[in-house]
Amino acid sequence: MTSIGTGYDLSASTYSPDGRIFQVEYANKAVENSGTAIGLRVKDGIVLAVEKLVHSKLLVPEANRRIQTVDRHVGLATAGLLADGRQLANRARDESLNYRDSWKQPIPLKYLADRLGLYVQVYTLYSSVRPFGISTIVGGIDENGPTLYVIEPSGVFFGYHGAAVGKGKQLAKTEMEKLKLSELTTRQAVMEAARIIHLVHDDAKEKDFELELSWIGDETNGLHLPVPKDLFEEADKAARAALETFE
Amino acid sequence: MDRVDMQRIKSGEVNLGTSIMAVQFEGGVVIGADSRTTTGSYIANRVTDKLTFLHDRIYCCRSGSAADTQAIADFGHYYLQIQAQALGAPPSVPTAAAIMERMCYQNKDQLSAGIIVAGWDKQNGPSVYNIPLGGGLFRQPWAIGGSGSTYVYGYCDATYQEGWGRDETVNFVKNTLALAMSRDGSSGGCIRMCVITEDNVERLFVPGDQLPRFWEGKEVLGAATKKPAGVPTAAADVVPMAVEA
Repeated sequence: MTSIGTGYDLSASTYSPDGRIFQVEYANKAVENSGTAIGLRVKDGIVLAVEKLVHSKLLVPEANRRIQTVDRHVGLATAGLLADGRQLANRARDESLNYRDSWKQPIPLKYLADRLGLYVQVYTLYSSVRPFGISTIVGGIDENGPTLYVIEPSGVFFGYHGAAVGKGKQLAKTEMEKLKLSELTTRQAVMEAARIIHLVHDDAKEKDFELELSWIGDETNGLHLPVPKDLFEEADKAARAALETFE
Repeated sequence: MDRVDMQRIKSGEVNLGTSIMAVQFEGGVVIGADSRTTTGSYIANRVTDKLTFLHDRIYCCRSGSAADTQAIADFGHYYLQIQAQALGAPPSVPTAAAIMERMCYQNKDQLSAGIIVAGWDKQNGPSVYNIPLGGGLFRQPWAIGGSGSTYVYGYCDATYQEGWGRDETVNFVKNTLALAMSRDGSSGGCIRMCVITEDNVERLFVPGDQLPRFWEGKEVLGAATKKPAGVPTAAADVVPMAVEA
């Protein structure tokens, strides 16, 4: 790390001479250390999936969820510092509630991503705060159909057909590129998402992990909901089976 | 809280003692209004335009204080421009109505404004929202408002039918307003209408001498009692009352 000892990495409000902000780059490191999170935007909906690394066998199963619900039609998955994810989700809930109050309509995802991007970016401006240590996948259905965004620690956000953040993002991206995302149904995408999460999990390096799956689509009536138990089991089982044949 | 009623308009305030109306149909909405503005018994403007632009396909009909409703419509227009800019697309009618309702409700103590918001948007098609005096937001297939509306509720209930086309709806609005204007002393003048559809906004005007006419009564004394010639009149049959000596 060439940045260490130079003094340019001590504050988010300091540039390095070649125009970088090291604190933001460190925030990206925090994201890279986290379990993978992916989002698929398909024909009639969105699927979010997370590889939640379980640090202790004493933890209650399904605790510390990394997929959260923002509004009826919006879900959010994070990779990075869990607490930062909670903070940003709460902000997202405030934003969507405010929007509903003001305009009597569900918040458009573009607008939500814009607001969250603005919020995250502000934390890269001051020496008194640290940038968010998370990359966030926001997915939902609005008047323009299924929509998926990723917000990075710098505050930039992009729209995607398929998004991956965290440890296994490279592998997950190459897997998603093989899919015809715009032709899949949400149900099919749940199976693919589970398979990708299982695939990118490296059980040689990492301990146990818990799969988290949620979806928004015609089958959920446009609501962000956890994938129902039977479909979850089916997807989880198929993913394990596919892994056997993959290697 | 003070009670809210139309009577507390300040003396000398310009008032839209009005007949306004909006009706949705298959492809759009028809809105209409009379053209009278009064200060007491004086007609301050006899060709007023009470159909006010909020956005490309969203208009409102104003009743109550002219100053209050103009200010509300100006703010509504401003907020919708911001909303359109943020969305990169035209705002929806319920959004416009919600903005207007919020202003009417939060400032109800200081305002006298009865507004109908109507228009066309991509998500909902045509829609009509009524915002009565103290605020409140009601979606309706048709709405009437202003002092003149009280005279024509029965006519509207008896006449309105679902599934009308553009021309039938325009006629309904024109007839209703003519009836309201003929009974209500503080409504009158001409009829202005707008037909708002996906494609455009068409303005219609009916001059005061071409309003639809209905039964206007007849002279009661003389004409009503007169009978055709030859037939003995009631007067002839009457025997003068006997007077005792």
